[in-house]
Amino acid sequence: MSPRAQVYLLGFMLLLLGFGLVAYKSKALGLPITPSAYQTVWTIEAKVEFQAKGSEVKVSLALPKAQTNMDVLDETFSSSGYGFTVENINGHNRAIWSKRHAEGKQTLYYKLDVHQHQNHRAPLPVELSTEVKRPDWGGSRYESLRVVTASIIEQSRATSADRETFVAQLLKALNDPQNKDARLIRNILKDRSQMQTALELLAWADIPAHMLRGIYLKEDRSRMAAVELVEIYDGEHWLVFEPKTGSKGLPKNFLVWQRGDKSLIDVEGGTRSRVRFSTLENNVPKRHIALKQMGGEQAALMDYSIYSLPIEQQSVFKFILLMPVGALIVIFTRVVLGVRTAGTFMPILLAIAFVQTSLLSGVLIFLLILAVGLWVRSYLSRLDLLLVSRIAAVVVIVVGMMAMISIVSYKLGIEQALTVTFFPMIVIAWTIEHMSILWEDDGPVEVLIQTTGSLLVAIFCYIAMTNRYIEHWMFNFPELLLVLLGTIIILGHYTGYRVSELIRFRHMGQQ
Amino acid sequence: MITSPAKLKKNKILGMNSRNIEYIARYNARHLYPLVDDKLKTKRSAKNAGIAVPELLGVIESQWQLKNLHGMIGNWDKFVIKPTRGSGGKGILVITGRDSELYVKPNGSKLDLAAIRRHINNILSGLYSLGGKPDCVMLEALIEYDAVFNDYTYEGVPDLRIIVFKGFPVMAMLRCSTHASDGRANLHQGAIGVGLDLITGHSLFAVQHDRPIEKHPDTDKSFSELEIPGWDNILELASSCYEMTGLGYIGCDIVLDKQQGPVILELNARPGLAIQLASGHGLLERLHYVEGLDAETLELPPREKVRLVQSHY
Repeated sequence: MSPRAQVYLLGFMLLLLGFGLVAYKSKALGLPITPSAYQTVWTIEAKVEFQAKGSEVKVSLALPKAQTNMDVLDETFSSSGYGFTVENINGHNRAIWSKRHAEGKQTLYYKLDVHQHQNHRAPLPVELSTEVKRPDWGGSRYESLRVVTASIIEQSRATSADRETFVAQLLKALNDPQNKDARLIRNILKDRSQMQTALELLAWADIPAHMLRGIYLKEDRSRMAAVELVEIYDGEHWLVFEPKTGSKGLPKNFLVWQRGDKSLIDVEGGTRSRVRFSTLENNVPKRHIALKQMGGEQAALMDYSIYSLPIEQQSVFKFILLMPVGALIVIFTRVVLGVRTAGTFMPILLAIAFVQTSLLSGVLIFLLILAVGLWVRSYLSRLDLLLVSRIAAVVVIVVGMMAMISIVSYKLGIEQALTVTFFPMIVIAWTIEHMSILWEDDGPVEVLIQTTGSLLVAIFCYIAMTNRYIEHWMFNFPELLLVLLGTIIILGHYTGYRVSELIRFRHMGQQ
Repeated sequence: MITSPAKLKKNKILGMNSRNIEYIARYNARHLYPLVDDKLKTKRSAKNAGIAVPELLGVIESQWQLKNLHGMIGNWDKFVIKPTRGSGGKGILVITGRDSELYVKPNGSKLDLAAIRRHINNILSGLYSLGGKPDCVMLEALIEYDAVFNDYTYEGVPDLRIIVFKGFPVMAMLRCSTHASDGRANLHQGAIGVGLDLITGHSLFAVQHDRPIEKHPDTDKSFSELEIPGWDNILELASSCYEMTGLGYIGCDIVLDKQQGPVILELNARPGLAIQLASGHGLLERLHYVEGLDAETLELPPREKVRLVQSHY
């Protein structure tokens, strides 16, 4: 195969592979192509507090299960000195903290980030036991209770059509202060909470029911107790009721924490335990959510993505991934446009410096350093120095100048110039050397042309590297590197005219 | 101000990208480059092949030799200092005379020994070489150019640039230094390029800074009367460089010495494109012609190749 065919084959294969991977990631893994809008992520913190008795301690906290309308993005447990495991007991996840010896006030934290779906909420899964355990209301002690209960159940049944409306009526009646039966029931079952009373009544009426705990997601609340709701089984679905009002359905913005299990928290070896919840609303770009939803095992591609690096390295990589974009621009401006620059890839380094300093101040600082550097270099050339030491001397002078610019600008209150240290000193020293030779050999016009060319290309690179879309694409789809590689390979075989040649040879053929 | 790619194509203009990929990369084997990039090697192999070159007076390879610089050049009147791996005429220092201890440049300015030592120092540390690699210094006898050029040059040696493709001279120009080019014969430094007719060696027309020009700006001499003597010999000399180097696409720089006749000054494996401007022709037409020749024709001796080319154009 001719080199030309190979170049195009390889180039287009790389392009195809790169775009294919991008398409796969965006279609199959749901990574958004555009740097999309922000979405709300709730951070919920459960704070477990108790007084330890000074012996071994075991704390077990009910954990929320996967939800139909929310995605758990992340969860963290923090508790210094405690052993920690998550156990599955009868289908319920519980966090278990344990410690050999603890005394005094103890605080444990469990934190999770959830994201609420926009789409319609599916019904709660029918996985819980629908077995009814009738309360033990036997004997003469509970005789009046049995009568009153029968009466209130009968009333509710009379005013309802099915199990669903019956439960609503029953709950409403039970909470009605005017209802004599309800008052009597409350008096007899004084030691029960309102919730327990309702559950026992439902059990007496042969309706499978249990308690549902959860929290409202409201803006930045702290120290909230869990909200308790009643869930009943109508033969097909589990239905949620507000026990006080009898109103049906899961409230909006409600995070179901626990369904059916007995306790929210069990503490062995401690007293006065309680759980308090705080919620915090965060606005996070959509892509973060997409990434976290993916999880580890689903997407090997993501597992080896840049997101698996620590945050600090990620930000470094953000930059590194932009360099090939700069390289492509440099190649394009050289091969297709024919812009003359000082040093082939120097503009990329310059562009990186500009990103740190902001464009205008970056250009000004660069020109200032270049001008002073050229001036100093013209003196150094008279000292008969070896090339290496002369460049080293220019490096020192460049560094000194950067220090000076920083200090003077700080004194003047211009903070921008403080970022001057991001300039690639060695490269600038070489540029100064290169330019001064150019000045001697080809005159100041050529220096001007190359400086302008370098700055122009650097500004192109800067624009590309600070572009929101390009940044998003490179960071989220590093497969685009293959696309860049393919483009660069194909451009490397571009044999057409450069734009500069269209100007250079403009007189040809006119004679 | 700007022309279209179609127009350039119609005029058979060779572009930089096409030159790099379709000619230099294809016909110039990488391993042969050192032969032309290092002027010392060029000189040696040219001598071996019986090709005329300027006389080599001395070589300076390292710093310590500079101590004896006076002993070396103290008695010379005229000489040229060149970096062996320089490109584009960079770092070439021409001394045309002496003023007791001072060395006179073509433009009349004078240098002391320290200035020359500094210049040599710069060359040695790689200031003018490709990629900044440490370099050697070549001391060469000054060419005394043929009197025919007297009115066409200013403070410098005019040289002929001939593009040789597979041993076939395809295009030629004369490069005349000007005051603006500081005595150097490189077009981008302001020298004048005079396109030459391959058959007669007569001038076609001239350009400076990529723009057409009628007469030499310093001497006011019109280029229309210019004709190079011994033209066929020059073309043959250029053609023979192909066999010597094995490089398919080269630029031969030739000067006409009063005594020696045509001598090879240096060879260039990446010759520039300005020659198209000077001769008012695109290179592609002739390059395509040579590419279309059969293997037997490509084996012809230089003399026959020159004939063939001249009969074709």
